[in-house]
Amino acid sequence: MELTTILFYLFAIVTISAAAVMVFSKNIVHSAFALMFTLIGVAALYVLLYADFIAATQLLVYVGGILILILFGVMLTTQGRTFSFKTSTVNLTPASILSVAAALLLIYAFVQTDWKITDSGVRDETVHELGMMLMGEYVLPFIAVGVLLLIAIIGAILMSTRLSANNDGEV
Amino acid sequence: MVEIDWYLALSAILFTIGIVGVLIRRNAIVVFMCVELMLNAVNLSLISFSAYHGDVSGQILVLFSLSVAAAEAVIGLAIIIAIFRNNLSVDIMKVNLLRW
Repeated sequence: MELTTILFYLFAIVTISAAAVMVFSKNIVHSAFALMFTLIGVAALYVLLYADFIAATQLLVYVGGILILILFGVMLTTQGRTFSFKTSTVNLTPASILSVAAALLLIYAFVQTDWKITDSGVRDETVHELGMMLMGEYVLPFIAVGVLLLIAIIGAILMSTRLSANNDGEV
Repeated sequence: MVEIDWYLALSAILFTIGIVGVLIRRNAIVVFMCVELMLNAVNLSLISFSAYHGDVSGQILVLFSLSVAAAEAVIGLAIIIAIFRNNLSVDIMKVNLLRW
């Protein structure tokens, strides 16, 4: 067996088991840390698929950004006089039947389809090519994404700042 | 290289684990994490198609999908915190203000 094959199986097992821990763990903080292992596993799989820049971005944006935001959300919502949950899961049986059926259908469709593969052999780093494409062919979506992120920041500030009646409209 | 079917099957399994989480969990933050997991699964399939076709355009698509995921995370957590202020709980079964 080749080294890449062994690495693929290793990271696939890490990713899937961490995802399962994330879904079924009772403790939210455990879920968040399991999500971290899933995201790192997916980043490693990106490296195996020759996407070095996307792997680095995945680590920076997901593990460094979104996961920290989620941990802040966990900490902000589990303090003080909170109502505890009676049960942490609902609809377990119908949901698992439905999703196992969905998984089987998806995997069947993926395996049965005859994918056209063009193997271009040894590949170079993708950063240069990605930069050229972002600044050339895809410059309009690039700008649109920038505007979207700005709007998201403004929206988040508006929504998470307390707008109550007793401070006279001051935010 | 491993065959592309394996990557796609892994992506399908991750996506379905995300679906299970969205369907069974009651905590809004865990539901949110499962949505992130599903986004990651789709990105993985896009990257594997891109690698097996020798075409970098798929990675551009994943880059945009990442930025949209970041925006979605920010807005989603702001909404969850706003709900928490009103309900003192992030239980999605208790968010029934608009329920008929």
